[in-house]
This record gives sequence, C-alpha cells and structure tokens, in this order.
Amino acid sequence: MQREYKTIRNIVGPLILVEGVRGAKFEELVEITLPGGEIRRGRVINLAYDTALVQVFEGTSGIDVPETRISFRGRGIELSLSDDILGRVFNGLGGPIDGGPAIIPEKRMNINGAPLNPFARDYPSEFIQTGISSIDGLNPLVRGQKLPIFSGSGLPHNELAAQIARQAKVLGGSEEFAVIFAAMGITFEEADFFMRQFNESGAISRSVLYINLADDPPIERIATPRVALTAAEFLAFERDMHVLVILTDLTNYCEALREIAAARKEIPGRRGYPGYLYTDLAGIYERSCRVKDRRGSITMIPILTMPEDDKTHPVPDLTGYITEGQIILSRSLYRRSIDPPVDVLPSLSRLKDKGIGEGKTRRDHADLSNQLFAAYARGKEVQELAVILGESALTELDRLYYSFADEFERRYVAQGYRVDRPIAETLDIGWDLLGMFPRSELKRIGKKLMDAYFRPRGEAGAAPAGQGG
Amino acid sequence: MNDSGTIIKVSGPLVVADNLSGARMYDVVRVGDKRLVGEIIELDGDTASIQVYEDTAGIGPGESIYRTDRPLSVELGPGLIGSIFDGIQRALSAIRELGGDYITRGLDVPSLDRDKRWTFMPTAARGSVVVPGDILGNVRETEIIEHRIMVPHGVSGTLEEVREGEFTVTDTVAIIRSGTERHEVSMMQVWPVRVPRPYRRKIQPTEILTTGQRVIDTFFPVAKGGTACIPGPFGSGKTVVQHQLAKWSAADIVLYVGCGERGNEMTDVLMEFPRLIDPRSGHPLMKRTVLIANTSNMPVAAREASVYTGITIAEYFRDMGYSVALMADSTSRWAEAMREISGRLEEMPGEEGYPAYLASKVAEFYERAGRVICTGSDGREGTLTVVGAVSPAGGDLSDPVVQATLRVVKVFWSLEDKLAFQRHFPAISWLRSYSLYDEMIREYVADTVDPLFPGLKGEAMEILEKEDGLEEIVRLVGVDSLADVDRLVMRTARTIRQDFLHQNAFNDEDTYTSLGKQYLILDLLLHLHRLLEKSIEGGTPLSIFEKMKIYDEISNLKYLPETSIEADRIKEMMADQISEAIAEYAGRKEI
Repeated sequence: MQREYKTIRNIVGPLILVEGVRGAKFEELVEITLPGGEIRRGRVINLAYDTALVQVFEGTSGIDVPETRISFRGRGIELSLSDDILGRVFNGLGGPIDGGPAIIPEKRMNINGAPLNPFARDYPSEFIQTGISSIDGLNPLVRGQKLPIFSGSGLPHNELAAQIARQAKVLGGSEEFAVIFAAMGITFEEADFFMRQFNESGAISRSVLYINLADDPPIERIATPRVALTAAEFLAFERDMHVLVILTDLTNYCEALREIAAARKEIPGRRGYPGYLYTDLAGIYERSCRVKDRRGSITMIPILTMPEDDKTHPVPDLTGYITEGQIILSRSLYRRSIDPPVDVLPSLSRLKDKGIGEGKTRRDHADLSNQLFAAYARGKEVQELAVILGESALTELDRLYYSFADEFERRYVAQGYRVDRPIAETLDIGWDLLGMFPRSELKRIGKKLMDAYFRPRGEAGAAPAGQGG
Repeated sequence: MNDSGTIIKVSGPLVVADNLSGARMYDVVRVGDKRLVGEIIELDGDTASIQVYEDTAGIGPGESIYRTDRPLSVELGPGLIGSIFDGIQRALSAIRELGGDYITRGLDVPSLDRDKRWTFMPTAARGSVVVPGDILGNVRETEIIEHRIMVPHGVSGTLEEVREGEFTVTDTVAIIRSGTERHEVSMMQVWPVRVPRPYRRKIQPTEILTTGQRVIDTFFPVAKGGTACIPGPFGSGKTVVQHQLAKWSAADIVLYVGCGERGNEMTDVLMEFPRLIDPRSGHPLMKRTVLIANTSNMPVAAREASVYTGITIAEYFRDMGYSVALMADSTSRWAEAMREISGRLEEMPGEEGYPAYLASKVAEFYERAGRVICTGSDGREGTLTVVGAVSPAGGDLSDPVVQATLRVVKVFWSLEDKLAFQRHFPAISWLRSYSLYDEMIREYVADTVDPLFPGLKGEAMEILEKEDGLEEIVRLVGVDSLADVDRLVMRTARTIRQDFLHQNAFNDEDTYTSLGKQYLILDLLLHLHRLLEKSIEGGTPLSIFEKMKIYDEISNLKYLPETSIEADRIKEMMADQISEAIAEYAGRKEI
C-alpha cells in the first residue's frame, strides 16, 4: 500500500513533520517529491498519534509546505545487491555515480541489518598479514576483527589504510576477497587518493566504493556506513567472500548524528553528542564478524580523526570501548618522518592472542611482542628521564634502553608505505633488536624460545649490562 | 479492564500506548503485530510508556498492545547451567535454531528446555512439614552441580507426595497440602527479576573468594558475598580480568553477564569455557557457568534488564546454599541504557544526563549480593559475590557511574592505562586500589594458608609505597643520589612488580596461582630482601649482588607448580649466593 500526503506541518533543519498520517511505521522509508519533480529519500524517526517525523537524507532545501508530496513506502530502507556491485562507485545512499547502469537486484537487504546472535559467532582467529611490522608484529589484525585507526588532522591515516588494503593477505590463503570503501564527509582529494590507489593496484575490480563527500548532504552520511556494511554482508555471506571494510571518517558521521539530535531537541550527552552514540556506533562496528558454518568474513578498519589528538573525546572514546583494539598514530613520530607513524604503546589488538603462534605465525610471536613492548616502554621512559636529567645521569643499562627505543623506531616502525614485510622478517628484526640486551634482561620470553632464537650482538652485547650502549 | 491497548507513539525503544487501564507497573506486554516483548515503565491514567526489548522498526501507531499481566520474570530450574541467554532470558541457541544467525524479532522461546527429562531424587520425606526454601530433592544437572529443588516461595504445608524418577521441568514432582489447599510443585520456579529473592538473614562475610590472581588475592581480596568493581579506560584489561575471575574464582556457580559489550567476547567465553578445566573440580568450567549475553548491538532496553536477569538467577543458586559469583561487564552500559530510556521519557536529567535515580539503582543492585542464611529450615548458608566492570567516559573516575558504584562496593580495583601500555597485566594499580575485606578475612587466611601471610602482605605493600616516593626523587635528581638501602627498596619493589604482581593470563601455569603458592613466592621475595638488607647494613655495597643467579630463580617461580617449589632449598641458595658475592667482593678489595 502506498500512501501519499501533502500535509507537511513544519520543516526544521533536516527534519520534516508530517501530519494526518495513518499507518506509518517506525524506520519506514519515505519518498519526498519536490514541486519540481525531484525525489528525495528519508526515514521515519518518530511517530506520535497521526504525526510522523521524517529525517531527509539529501537535505531539506527546496522543500515547501503546500506542494511537496510525501509518500510512505511500507518498508525500511533497502539496498539492491548483486555481483555487479564489484568495481562500481556509488553515493552514500547506494545510488550509482560512476555513470554505469543501476544495479538489477538479485537481493534486497534492509540497510540496518539485524543483530548477529552471539551464539552464531565464530571467534576470529585467522591472522591477516598487512606487511606492516608495527601492526603484524605487535598489534596483529585477524579476520572478522574491527580495528580502528585513531588519527588526527594532518596525519597520514589514508596512506596507512591504503597500504593495508593493498597488502593484506592471509598466509597460505587463496580465497576470494573484496574491499569495500565508505567515505563519509571526506574531501574530494582524499576520496580521489583512494580511488587512484585502487586503480593502480588493480584492486578496483574487486572493490565497491560508497562516496559521500564533504559537500554532499551530511544526513546522507548516517546511511553510508550501513549501506556499505549491507553490501559487505551480501558479499561475505551470500557470496562467501572475505571482505575488508574501510570506513572514513567516523568523526564526520558522529557529527551528522549530533546534527539530527540537536534538530530533535534531544537532551545532549557529552560534548553535545546524543546519549545513544555508543549504541549507534555499536550497531555499525559489531557488524564485522565471522559466523559459524559460513565461509565469508567481514573485517573492519574504521578511521577517525581525534579532535585535538584527544583520545578521551567521545568519538574515539566510545569507539575504543566497542572495537577490538586501536591503532593510534603519533604526531611526534610523524614529525620525525617515522612512516607509518604508529604509536606502538597505546595501540592494541585485543584478538591477537588467538591469531598468532605456532601454526599461525610463529611460536615465538607472543613472547617476542610482549618483550618488545616492555623494552620499548622502558626505553621511552628513560628518554623522558634523559630530557630532565641529561643523558649522563643515566645508568649504563638505561642507556641501552635509550638506544633500543631509538633503533626500534627507526628499523621496526619506520618501513615506509611501499614496503611489504612478511611476518617472518618482522619477527627476525624484532629478535635482532633484542640482541643488544643481555639475556637476563629479557624476562618476558620463555627459556626454550630464548635458546632457539636469541642471538646476542657479538661479544659486546652478550657481556653484562652496559657495554652495548 | 482491557486485554489490549493501542499504540499512539513510537520513539526508538520507547512506545506509548493508551487504553491500558488496569495494567500494572513493570508488567510485560507484547507490542504490535510483530508481538515484540516490552515492559511497562510508566503509567499515566490509562496511558502506559513501554520499553521494548526488541528493535521497534516497522512498528507504528494504531497497532495493538497485548497484555500478559505478569511482571518480567525468569524461569528457574534445571537446564540453566551451561546455557547462554539474552537479556530477557531467551536461550540464544534456541533463537538461532528458529531464526537463523541473525536475531529475529518476536520469537517465543522458552528459557528452559520443556522436553528434556531430568532425574529427580527426592530427599524430603513424605508426610514431613515443609516451608519455603526447604529442599525437596536433587537433580544432577552437571558433573559438578547438584541442582537442589526447593519449595517455592509462598508454599508450605505437609508434603503429601514426592515422586522419584525422570521428569521435565513442568511435571509435578511433589504435592504439598496446607489445609484444604493442594499445591502441585514442579522443578521450575518463576521469579520476577526486579524483586530480590528472599533469605532469612544476612551475615558478615568472613571467607576469601580466591581468584588465583596474585594482585587480587594477596593485596585486594574480595570476600565470598562481597562486592567489587573494576573501573578503567578502554584497553586497560577490564574484560580480561573479568574473564579471569569467571574462570578461576573459587565459586560453585559463576554467572557472567555480558551487558552491552562486544559479541566476540561472549564467543570467546563460549568457546573457551567448555575446554578449560576447573582446578578444583577437574571438570570443564562450563559445567558451573551460566551466560547472559546482551551485546552492544542488541536492543538497548534488554541491556537494562540483563543485569537483573543475571542476578536473579544468581540468587536462585545462592538459595540452594552455593557460593555464587556474578560478573557484570559492563555496568556502565546498563546505566547508559537507563539514561537512554530516561531521556525518551523526557525525565529531568541528573549528572551527565543520567537519571537522578542512577545512584539508588546501582546501590540496590549491589545490595543483592551478600552472605546469607537461606530460606528453608536447615539454616544453610549461601553467598553471592558481585563484581562489576565500569567503563567511565574517557577513563575519568569522576564519572557518575563510577562514583555511584564506589559508594557501595567494598573493593576497588583501579585499572591504569599507564600499566597497560607497559603490558603490565593485570593493570591493577597497587597504589590506588583498596579492599575493605582485609580485616574480615584476615583470620580465615591466617588459618588456612599461614599465620604470617597477612603480615607479609603489609611488608610488601610498604616496599611498594616507598618505591613510589623514591621514584619521585629519582626523577628529580637521578638514581645516583640514592643510598643503598633505598636502592634495595627499589630493587625489591621491581621484583615484586615483575615477578609477583605481573601475571600472564595466557600462560597455562601462570594464569592461576593458588593462595598457598602466592604465599610461598611472596615469602621468598621478602626473605631475600631481608637478607640483603642485613648484608648492606654491614657496609657491603648493593651492586655486588646484582648478578646473583637467584634472581632468575625467583622470576621463574610463578611458572612452577606449587608442589615443586622447595622453599627451604631456595632460601639456602640465597644465603649461599650472598656469602659467595661477599667473599668475592672481599677478595677483589684485597687485590
């Protein structure tokens, strides 16, 4: 049943209040026909008696009260899907913008998805080799994980994301995979950077792009990640593909959400963001998964810029509480040309323990990464101390940690965006770095592994503390 | 009185309906044509505000509301153990069977399996007089848990009949007569989640709930029947600590409530617990565990209900006389769910938008913990320990949920991200955490482990406190300015931190340390400290001891089984190596 009304009562920001409506449903798709014939889409976000509050994705400019027709479509917002979406570029609502034909749907899926039953989940445990040491060695990514990049304005998060998209592979695997890229409110140049990257590497034929640029309607952004994830679910669970989803930039998405909340005069939570921001973000992030008895998977890399590099800002804060770790970029490393500037210490991958070790990467992986973390943490502490007291006040052992931290950044972290390091090489560099310490300093590694892998650097390194500095 | 009302408003998880005269607060209703589950949370004349436990997309004004006239309740009986339920106690395995991998709405699945037959062994004698809480008989639910079937609340009289054999949870197993009334009792009870289950009286906790986690058991222990909270920023290891507690707590039954957290964490528990062996019973941990999973992407209102569902099931096992531990991860999500519903009800907000009744709800929840004399005439004792994780915004402990929680709980495990960055796990700060059960359990620990244990712990804590002060000095003027006594303090503090407080949850041996082994390690650490203290008092420089092999021996202790730690032999080694070092030093001096 299609019902059409010309009964707009008021228009506020991106919202229209329609009255005299019968039988409208919560979250229903609405089509708005402007006096000039243009059709826009919206969804019902509140119902009270015979009034429906509609959020218009493409914005309300040009909508008038007497002439605009509102029709309720009797279903939620759906996305048309088929194999043909691969290699195509769409807008933030899933409409083609690359000049190609419309998608002839093999399947239509509601963009909101449904919550995955925790009982149906399979635990992510397949190591994805990104070829980036600071990720593979210390904060490894596994299939079905959601691992965001916390960045700041002016930091090279796009280069890092593109490098991951280009290099990511599962060891010994040759299954079909796809990349879905969803842009929310980013600039043309940023979007163009990704498109060129995909073109260059030939990845474009197995990519799907959903682009909402900075000058596109902000409210459309609310649908964009959901549209992208719906496509991901189609490819992963209807077509058995392993899908990598890159979402950028979540901060813009949250601002769009705040705009709606403000227009609805809701009681704001922290920094004006709505109180349900956590729930809303969880609805997006939790869609990355592995499912029992199904072959495909969805791995997610959301990118967000932290305003003023502040990790406690609501967007990174709530994200960190939902995602399985985070990769944090550091401005100080970036200034020193350490590329990619991954800030190793506060970065974290929660799922790494299940994804590494014998049969997956190598048996020494876990202990080695713990030791590198501990040594680097101490090294950074010593460096701070040295700033206050001067290097001469350091003990010989401290000086060793000092130079370890330096060398670690230069050799392990700084590898550039074009180098694809196999995991074995990453691990070997780690051991080589640890070789500068006396064996007794390396307490986080089991004896057997030490015997098998530890090679002190010449006689000087093997001698008691101090002479390696 | 109307059987059904009509929806007039829909706003996210909140639905308002009229024509509901006679409905009661907290009654369950079915919402709309899809028959979603909802609960009445506000009444105004014949208009009711309903929080809906399922996604309300597709629901609209004009649809009907169907009354059930029952409060939100859980089913209690055999079949709970090893199950995973959603926030309103629907079995997730049954939901998957009926609806597939994604959660479909409006499904009607019973919480307890109605077809499964359990062997009921009566223990109460026919003709005896029974009161609520008396045990009628047992069902061996798992290898380790004997499910005690109790006389339900409100029923008492003469036990006219009690049957032995195989029954489903709804079959009658006993008949109780009081006057002319005849009660047929089945193995299943139904209990409203928002009402605490009754007990005879509460008593002070005296026994430690061992968790196998050294920093917790030795320094900040929780008592059986106590309450604890773990606040911390993301990435500080709240969930790992909660999982460790769920795995290794010396409780008979463990309830794990995943409230608004990650789906994969529940999967982790589901996959790991059947494999892990309980060190006390020798059987898989799953055989004593009940899981409630309402992950962050599941409907927000059910998140609010999930902690109540969990604690009611926990109380039921406590009533049987068991020691029960409930982990809620995370109570912040529960509070946020309250905030969201409160906002939609347009209530006046308190701090940070949370409802003004936040603190009283938190307090009420934790007050359901405790050590009690259970109902029933045998005076058995049960305990319910509650451990809540809190996820404060930005890791800021002035967060209203943290503050409301700290006012009621007795143990505070403060997680610090600074420790987490150094990969010092569990990242529980030894300077900021506290436990108010120390005194209450002192006697018990002294009796069961060693009379010296409580004293050792004080000694170790003093060293850690001193280290904190000394570090300040080192930061300002460098380590050279310290006297050897102070350097020794720093050296020992480092050993305590690295070899005792730091514990690897993913190492098979290190993941669990018995109280006895904790005592052994701590005793050895401090014994060495005292020996060295004595040596340097005589003027010997501390630096000559730095290369003693004994330090490696000590680092390795946590990886050894308790039985293979020969404390006396190690103490001898310490004395020997110290003498050797002194002799060597004396020799060098002469040259």
